Amino acid sequence: MQLVVSLAIGLLAGSGVWLLLRARTFQVIIGLALLSYAVNLFIFSTGGLRTGAEAILQPGEVGSLARYADPVPQALVLTAIVIGFATTALLLVVLLAARGLTGTDHVDGRERER
Amino acid sequence: MPDTLLLLTLVVLPFVGAIAAGLLPTHARNTAAAMAGSVALIGLLMVWAAYPTVSDGGVVQATFAWMPSLGLNLTLRLDGLAWLFAGLVTGIGALVVLYARYYMADADPVPRFFAFLLAFMGAMTGVVVSGNLVQLAFFWELTSLFSFLLIGYWHHTASARDGARMALTVTATGGLALFAGVLALGHIVGSYELDAVLAAGDRIREHPLYATALVLILLGVMTKSAQFPFHFWLPNAMAAPTPVSAYLHSATLVKAGIFLMARLWPVLAGTEAWFLIVCTAGLVTMLFGAYVAIFQNDLKGLLAYSTISHLGLITLLLGLNSELALVAAVFHVLNHAAFKASLFMAAGIIDHETGTRDIRQLSGLNRSMPFTARLALVAAAAMAGVPLLNGFISKEMFFAEAISADAPLGLANMLPFAAMLGSAFSVAYSLRFIHGAFFGPDPVDLPRAPHEPATWMRFPVEILVLTCIMVGILPAATVGPFLAIAVRSVLGNDVPDYSLSVWHGLNLPLLMSFLALAGGVALYLLLQRRLRSDVEGEPLLHHLEGRRIFERAMVFLSWRLARRVEGIAGTRRLQPQLRLILAIAFLAGGAAVWQRGFGPGNLPSTPVDPVLALIWAAGGTCALGAAVLAKFHRFAALILVSGVGLAVVLTFVWFSAPDLALTQLTVEVVTTVLLLLGLRWLPQRRRVPGERGPEVLTLTRRLRDLGIAVGAGGGLATLSYAVMTRTPPDLLALDFLARAYTEGGGTNVVNVTLVDFRGFDTLGEIFVVAAVALATYALLRRFRPAPDSLEAPMQQLHQHALAAARPASGEARPTADWLLVPAVLARLLFPVMLLVAVFLLLRGHDLPGGGFSAGMVVAIAVILQYMIGGIEWTEDRLSWLRPQVWIGAGLLLSVGTGVTAWAFGRPFLTSYFAYVELPVIGKVPAASALAFDIGVFALVVGATLLMLVALAHQSVRGRRAASPASAPAARFLATVGED
Repeated sequence: MQLVVSLAIGLLAGSGVWLLLRARTFQVIIGLALLSYAVNLFIFSTGGLRTGAEAILQPGEVGSLARYADPVPQALVLTAIVIGFATTALLLVVLLAARGLTGTDHVDGRERER
Repeated sequence: MPDTLLLLTLVVLPFVGAIAAGLLPTHARNTAAAMAGSVALIGLLMVWAAYPTVSDGGVVQATFAWMPSLGLNLTLRLDGLAWLFAGLVTGIGALVVLYARYYMADADPVPRFFAFLLAFMGAMTGVVVSGNLVQLAFFWELTSLFSFLLIGYWHHTASARDGARMALTVTATGGLALFAGVLALGHIVGSYELDAVLAAGDRIREHPLYATALVLILLGVMTKSAQFPFHFWLPNAMAAPTPVSAYLHSATLVKAGIFLMARLWPVLAGTEAWFLIVCTAGLVTMLFGAYVAIFQNDLKGLLAYSTISHLGLITLLLGLNSELALVAAVFHVLNHAAFKASLFMAAGIIDHETGTRDIRQLSGLNRSMPFTARLALVAAAAMAGVPLLNGFISKEMFFAEAISADAPLGLANMLPFAAMLGSAFSVAYSLRFIHGAFFGPDPVDLPRAPHEPATWMRFPVEILVLTCIMVGILPAATVGPFLAIAVRSVLGNDVPDYSLSVWHGLNLPLLMSFLALAGGVALYLLLQRRLRSDVEGEPLLHHLEGRRIFERAMVFLSWRLARRVEGIAGTRRLQPQLRLILAIAFLAGGAAVWQRGFGPGNLPSTPVDPVLALIWAAGGTCALGAAVLAKFHRFAALILVSGVGLAVVLTFVWFSAPDLALTQLTVEVVTTVLLLLGLRWLPQRRRVPGERGPEVLTLTRRLRDLGIAVGAGGGLATLSYAVMTRTPPDLLALDFLARAYTEGGGTNVVNVTLVDFRGFDTLGEIFVVAAVALATYALLRRFRPAPDSLEAPMQQLHQHALAAARPASGEARPTADWLLVPAVLARLLFPVMLLVAVFLLLRGHDLPGGGFSAGMVVAIAVILQYMIGGIEWTEDRLSWLRPQVWIGAGLLLSVGTGVTAWAFGRPFLTSYFAYVELPVIGKVPAASALAFDIGVFALVVGATLLMLVALAHQSVRGRRAASPASAPAARFLATVGED
């Protein structure tokens, strides 16, 4: 199972990095989205991949890792997801504004000299 | 008056006054002048109030603990020397303020001028009353900063800007050297307190770091006091308004260096290194400055070089390692301040009333402004060292020291002659100032007809000239006591016998004085032809111009070198930058592997579940597809990315993270809608077959990027595998699990972590989200789409064409009834979705849910209405939708919850919980964390909607630009505040 998730992380990160290095703004946004999936999954996986672990405590109980999933990476990733959305929105708007100003959607604001 | 209050008033009041003056309206010049004048007078009063203590040899002192662990205290310390300088700063400051009131033109923003002047006064007072060396260095840099603002006050002229920049560069660089020197000194002594440093003279002089500290401190001093070869900034600072020159170059800025030399004289002087550096610099500066001053055609330029020369004289005296010379130096500081301030003011009056300062153009002003002429005559005579004026007495002392100096290297034989030569030069330029401006035939072609200035403008000059005469005739009775306490505070019990009087009998110094006077007059007569010619600058040394060297160095440093380094190491292109970041990430990872070793962990891999494998087969294909299609098929790529998102959601569910899955799912929807809205504004891109062949360069570039991508992906995959097959650390997990219910009052540990354990992090995060939302909104307000995106997109045009072709016939209308069935469903579902959001919010503390996902659900519900109903329809009905209000309310509620804890004497964001029985709904956890979570919820709703709606509105704006807007949209736009 670990193999599947690590391969998935690798695939997402690879596609993301490839797109990050492209010249068009939309490619960079998509690349960043893919890369953040990969990173979120990676952070999530540092808590160990547990199937069927309980996420909710029994009232009055002092939880232990034997029964429950690790909440710390989950809390980290939860905020990361929301922040990731916010930064994607900001990047999108910046790039749209840049496109309006420069007339091109090249990441440098001007087409590559050939 | 208590010492603390006195000292604080002295130092802080000018800064307070500066802020107050800066806030005055531009035309309030009388108010600003009155304010500045009273601040200076109050300062002078404070200085006077300290006189009883200081005159008894006492020290007025106040200490405020700042970082006592590092030996850093704020210490204010007013001893004799500081008292004398503080008196100069505030006294001449008051006179300059009065003068400036009449000098400054109505058109100038005068309150700003007085604000800078007061701030500078505060900084200067700070320097002289600092009882701590670090603090002194701080105020020292402040004086550089405010002098920069003052010199550059007329920033519309290039010379003012250049002069200000040069002064700042030179003096602030020197200030850095001084700071380093002070640190070295503090290291030697083990304390930065002035008292401790002054008590450790022998230790300092014998320490191996002495030379380093000395050179660094002297660098600071000599740049500030315009000693050769750092003198060149001072003449260029003459672009400042004349009151500034009168203040900075007579009593304050340039005297800061002298003050520091006198301050540290007991611990730094007395060595050969001190003598060599200080004496040589002073001697060269004195002769050079005086020589150049003779040939200046600008009145202020002449005074500037004369200032340099006199500063050189004082420095020379301080360098002689003799107590008597120190007395002479301090005395000359006072005298120079008096006559130089009055001469600057006189030059300003001439400039003000005639419109020019060029000596060749001026002539015979004696007739049109007789009173000013007499005042200037006396001050210039004092500068030349004519008997019965103050300059004469300190010059006599200087001559006496020059004769008796115990100087090595044959300097002793040379010193008296150098002193006489410098003095003769000084006589020559003083003569030139007076003779050139006030005598001779009536002036022709002056920009203005000269006449006497306003009475009060002349008043400061009168006071200063009166001082020159009084001190010159009765030195012991007037200035004697003040000089005595200043000297005693430096030398302690080693004060030598000195006599302040006009007549010491027929002796060698007197003879030298007369020789110098005669020589100066002769020199001036000899140079008449040269001075009347139009040749600029002085003979012999004309090419040795510090300014040009400085400018060349600046151009090299800030332009050529910078450009070259940028050319080698920098790029403005994004892709190389990203590659660099990736390379660094590789290196960092590689270094960790190389250091710590690498290998799979100890845990066995759990068997592969075919369902999850299938999910990721689909997810991975989606990712690859998005990577391939993102250039030419953006929409398809976007949908594929959502596919990846769904795979991630399922993975979260699979591995026991329901909260994450919920949040990811909702965020996924919002992100997709957002990017969909953005697609509209991107240029069309079509693959034109055969247009661009596979060039070798393009291919290589792609192969390289592919290599990087595969490397990054492979590396991260390996890393993840290695991490996942190790036992995860339980650093915080156990603690959080154990305390979530017992102390946090919730069974959903993730939510309790977010709103309670790590509530402060969450607070920071929602502030970031709010800031981002406002930033996107602000960016979009000024959004101007590219011309080729202005038109409605192809699909819309197509649809409209269709509608036009098939007029309404009672059946379905192509545009108005677009998506009719989904629209009905979505409208039906709207309240249900809001209910779900409330449900998620309320149960969040105990079960999967919480503010983030609930907020996202509301945002989705609203945006769904936008999608099916259009902007006008939706905003007509959802007028309560004010995203900014939601954001503000959310932030206020979250912060308010945190602050409420203070009311109960607990730290910020401490939570409290209990269960409340609500009718119908049942038992609800009423933790204060819930209020916090509601704040998060409101913020997420507001921020998400603000971003989406602002982006969506762009198409309405585009249409409105083309045709008049429909009423509801215009109304909503007004409420959102878009223009």
